[in-house]
Amino acid sequence: MRTTGKVSIAILILISLLSLFAPFMSGYDPDKIDLDSLKEPPSFNHLFGTDNKGRDIFSRILYGGRISIGVAVTAALLSMGIGLVVGLCSGYFGGKVDTAIMALVDLILSFPALLLAIGISVIFPPGIYTVMIAIAAVGWAPFARLIRSYILILRGSLFIEAERALGGSDIRILFVHLMPQCIPLSLVIIGLKLGGYLLTEASLSFLGLGAQPPTATWGSMISANRAYISSAPWMVFFPGFMIAITALCFNALGDSLRDRFGYPLRFR
Amino acid sequence: MVGERAQIEVIQKIRKEIGADKNLLSQYFGYIRLLLKGEFGRSYYTNRKVFEDLVLKFPNTLKLALGAMIIAVPVGLFLGFISAYKRDTITDRVVSSVSVAGLSIPVFWSGLLIMLFFSLKLKILPPSGTGDIRFLILPSITLSLPAIATLSRVTRTTLIEVFDMPFVTTARSKGIRELKINSIHVFKNALIPLITVIGLDFGSYLNGAVLTETIFGWDGIGRFTMEGIIKRDYPVIMGCIIVGTFIFVLINLLIDIFYHYLDPRVRLHENNR
Repeated sequence: MRTTGKVSIAILILISLLSLFAPFMSGYDPDKIDLDSLKEPPSFNHLFGTDNKGRDIFSRILYGGRISIGVAVTAALLSMGIGLVVGLCSGYFGGKVDTAIMALVDLILSFPALLLAIGISVIFPPGIYTVMIAIAAVGWAPFARLIRSYILILRGSLFIEAERALGGSDIRILFVHLMPQCIPLSLVIIGLKLGGYLLTEASLSFLGLGAQPPTATWGSMISANRAYISSAPWMVFFPGFMIAITALCFNALGDSLRDRFGYPLRFR
Repeated sequence: MVGERAQIEVIQKIRKEIGADKNLLSQYFGYIRLLLKGEFGRSYYTNRKVFEDLVLKFPNTLKLALGAMIIAVPVGLFLGFISAYKRDTITDRVVSSVSVAGLSIPVFWSGLLIMLFFSLKLKILPPSGTGDIRFLILPSITLSLPAIATLSRVTRTTLIEVFDMPFVTTARSKGIRELKINSIHVFKNALIPLITVIGLDFGSYLNGAVLTETIFGWDGIGRFTMEGIIKRDYPVIMGCIIVGTFIFVLINLLIDIFYHYLDPRVRLHENNR
């Protein structure tokens, strides 16, 4: 599996770099309407063809990648931040704090994830921040639960007892001693979850809850172009292909990270 | 709802009708009171009762969920079994990679590609709409893909655990046929995680496969939700989400009750407590 992980990282870096340096790579303005080249099939001029307004799909995909990947990664970091702190407190303090937090976690996990994300994002005006909030509001819960169960194992360790005997405060134990222990686990969880976050972002922007036109994201390109599927299939094929390949790499990377670090994690 | 150049009086009249002129708290309690009466209010646009529409659309969603499950369960179990039985061989790798791919492909893309191929190129099945079984096939296939992927992954990990159990070795050493060992001894012990995954997937399809239904124009709860979102028809959105969540939680509960009858070990555990 080691090669799989390496290949995935390579592809992910390639996609990220292409998106990051989109202005130098694409050669076209992603939002510029060009009525002389409507719905052109892929060619050397337009690598992935053009859409119904003559916009270069390759450029739109590169610029869209900034949003799609950016939102997924930010949402993952947000989820990790909240889940880590909440999980740490829940596992370490136990008692009523733990009961209350875990009840909230159970509440969130008892919703179907996409439906809850949709529900949260309709509260706010559509846009990339809404999507980030919606994903993180759902995403922190499984994080917190996993971190908590890990802390329950660590809590009884000798080094914690030693620190306490030395007079270390709860805050110090939590953030100086326990938190660093959770970093590898958190990275593995992020790796396993990123693919799902990317798909959620794509689904939300497909539903029109993400970045608004004319700004391109991979999901919104598919929903905007799906009426032309029979006359210009490339308009739908390439954005979806990018979502699939990126999510696939994230998932493969997550799997190999998990195998590498040997956490017996089993979730979807 | 009234367009951009509506008169102030019209706007105020509508605000009054939907209760948007009251303060937030009384709007909230108003909605809760409505909920307790088993109602979700009326759609802003069609003025139809949301609950009645949901009841009307539920059978379609149920059909689609059943259709997807009929495809996903046998295929997923079979792939997972093959993968576990031939652990660490080429077959296993291929099946595992395919299932990771299945988890990574967005349904709104695979759905469109399936539609493009089967109805627009081959012209053997209708591309979209609600109707008899011919309309059901393509959305069911689309919806089953991620379910097949999850199910085969879970089947694989569960079966591998069971294969290593001593009782399987015992059964094998007694000379019981391989087919019987697999079908009775192994699968029976792997049932709980499998039922859980199948049930959760089924539960989430029942609250409307928003994306799949939208793509294929299938007139179920999912598309109803989607239309509500586009038009910002809040009573519809709220109704769909509440009903969807209710169904999901209900299915979860049923699965938990099911364990009790399915696995004697669960009962044993309960009695010992």
